[in-house]
Amino acid sequence: MTDTDTDTSPQGIPDPDGHHHAIETEYDIGQDNIEGSLGPFGFDIHNPVFLVSGVIVAAFVFFTLALPDQAGALFSTLFTFVTGTFDWFFLSVGNIVVLFCLALIVLPVGSVRLGGADATPDYGYVGWFAMLFAAGMGIGLMFYGVSEPMSHFSTALGGTTTGPDGLRTDWAPLGGAAGNEAEAVRLGMAATIYHWGLHPWAMYAVVALALALFSYNKGLPLTIRSAFYPLLGERVWGWPGHVIDILAVFATLFGLATSLGFGATQAANGLTVLYGTGAAEDGTRAFLGMPFGNAEASGVVDSGALLVLLITAITAIALISVIRGLDGGVKILSEINMGLAVLLLGFVLLAGPTLALIQTFFSSLLAYGEYLPALANPFGREDTNFVQGWTAFYWAWWISWSPFVGMFIARVSRGRTVREFLVCVLLIPSLVCVLWMSVFGGTAIQQFILDGYQGVADAPLELKLFEMLAALPLAGITSMIGIILVIVFFVTSSDSGSLVIDTITAGGKIDAPVPQRVFWCSFEGAVAIVLLLSAGGLSSLQSMVISTGLPFAVVLLALCLCIALGLRTERAAIKAATPAQ
Amino acid sequence: MFKHIMLPVDLAHPDKLNRALQVTGDLARHHDARVTFVGVTGPQPGSVAASPEGFAQKLAAFAAIQAEGLGLSMIETHPVTVPDPAADLDRALERAVHDLGADLVVMGSHIPRRFDLGSHGGRVASHTDVSVMLVRG
Repeated sequence: MTDTDTDTSPQGIPDPDGHHHAIETEYDIGQDNIEGSLGPFGFDIHNPVFLVSGVIVAAFVFFTLALPDQAGALFSTLFTFVTGTFDWFFLSVGNIVVLFCLALIVLPVGSVRLGGADATPDYGYVGWFAMLFAAGMGIGLMFYGVSEPMSHFSTALGGTTTGPDGLRTDWAPLGGAAGNEAEAVRLGMAATIYHWGLHPWAMYAVVALALALFSYNKGLPLTIRSAFYPLLGERVWGWPGHVIDILAVFATLFGLATSLGFGATQAANGLTVLYGTGAAEDGTRAFLGMPFGNAEASGVVDSGALLVLLITAITAIALISVIRGLDGGVKILSEINMGLAVLLLGFVLLAGPTLALIQTFFSSLLAYGEYLPALANPFGREDTNFVQGWTAFYWAWWISWSPFVGMFIARVSRGRTVREFLVCVLLIPSLVCVLWMSVFGGTAIQQFILDGYQGVADAPLELKLFEMLAALPLAGITSMIGIILVIVFFVTSSDSGSLVIDTITAGGKIDAPVPQRVFWCSFEGAVAIVLLLSAGGLSSLQSMVISTGLPFAVVLLALCLCIALGLRTERAAIKAATPAQ
Repeated sequence: MFKHIMLPVDLAHPDKLNRALQVTGDLARHHDARVTFVGVTGPQPGSVAASPEGFAQKLAAFAAIQAEGLGLSMIETHPVTVPDPAADLDRALERAVHDLGADLVVMGSHIPRRFDLGSHGGRVASHTDVSVMLVRG
């Protein structure tokens, strides 16, 4: 590495805008790529990252299909083992990245600009924010917005129970709040915000910052391995780098497939409940003749047709979006999405118990501050079910999403300073999540406490949102908007994910031929369908998320170190250059 | 007949551009027309350059060399940065035709990319009112 303000690399690649510190490497972007064409379609793929990830994912899907019982058993063992054994590790990694990001905001290195000192942002605040939000949380907010605060509230209210082995058998966070409604609300909201606030966004921010820094300022290709240059040197272009990138592809693919699974299940449930016919108890509930959402006791098995249809339709929209590209597809959809989400949020806020909700927002923030140290404590916890079943799962899920969301955020964040970047990626989205959870969860909890409305308490997770909306005016319209939002969020995750996987498997090239994006987008849809319909359904997807999240948690820690090293040289270069001006 | 010829250039595959360059040179000399090279890139480091500014410099250097080889007094350059070059190329080229006020676009049929989901030359021809000449090779 050298300080450069003149010419940088052996290929004579010149500087980014203004002063910066480039990394000198022998590596040419695309040098390991295979270019060619298959019929009319051109391709430009990284060897071996593309092939290895493609083949292993295909083999995995085949195994799940061929041996469904063994696969199901293996997945559930894996899930229990990883969340049970490594819960402390996930929690600790989460805490470390949050502290790291907060430190960067206040330290002087926060003034470093991504893309060189004189770079200007590619996107305005609205488009930028819409994209990072739609990619980052999307479907989860729809799925868990009502159900999570409601669940934590009910379990906390139920208090603690201890099994014969002395371990807690309840799912309440911390010590619960048996019988104390007000405290149960505060604890439930604090636990939800803990899962949706600073911690997940810090995980995204670390990956995004690492990628943006090493790509825009150091001139390395936009793939995860580039961030490891300070630790691995030229070896990042060999197998250590291949492994990192392949891991990132797995994490992204399975993370996406899980979310697609959640999204499809929720949309299918919503459609059947709102527009379907028949009754769940008799096993006659169906949407357009496809049975779905019937009670287990009725003995009628759900038809996979509805899920397949939904995932196919949504993948098709995502395909149009990736073909149209970032500006013409992804950005437009993200903005539509944010508009609709704001509408729905505003409506629930006004139609719901407005004053109580505003109060909930502030009291939830306070409760978050109060309970955070206890919730974030990785050691000696007694609320085993909560820590392993909720927190550790979430952390693994966010971490497995982080290469995808991080890379996507990096792609649209050139020209921001580190401080501006972290405030916008960490603090603002966290606040928006608090607001969202307070309004959606708060309304449901109020409906339950004040009106004794059982719908929101009894409904399964994926239906709680619609139950909450049903008790407000204009339920027909808002539920429709809810379903559209689930579907569009689904699309915006799928298209941005395809762009990311495509870039990683093309060795950091962002201008690889469009058919490659089409391939990954369709492949994601196919994986989601196969895994959703196979033995374990969603639980097999969740286990895969957990298993890819674990190795990536280690990657996340290493990234913090790399960012620190990279920012130090960056700032030194700026300082060295300033007196000369 | 032609006053301003625009030639889209893919710096990643300059070897495929030879025939289009020859044609451009011949036409420019014959009609005494200006020539502008248009290059499209993304904000991220790519195989050509580490940044849009680097890309612009490479495009200018390429144009200087070609001007000498083709016997033209000068070739102007028009580098364009778009968020997603693989998808935004067609629109970027259309806009460049407009911005430059070019009256002829010469394109290598594999330049700037091979045919991926449609022909770039065909699209430029159908979306602008200028003459488009596709040079196979």
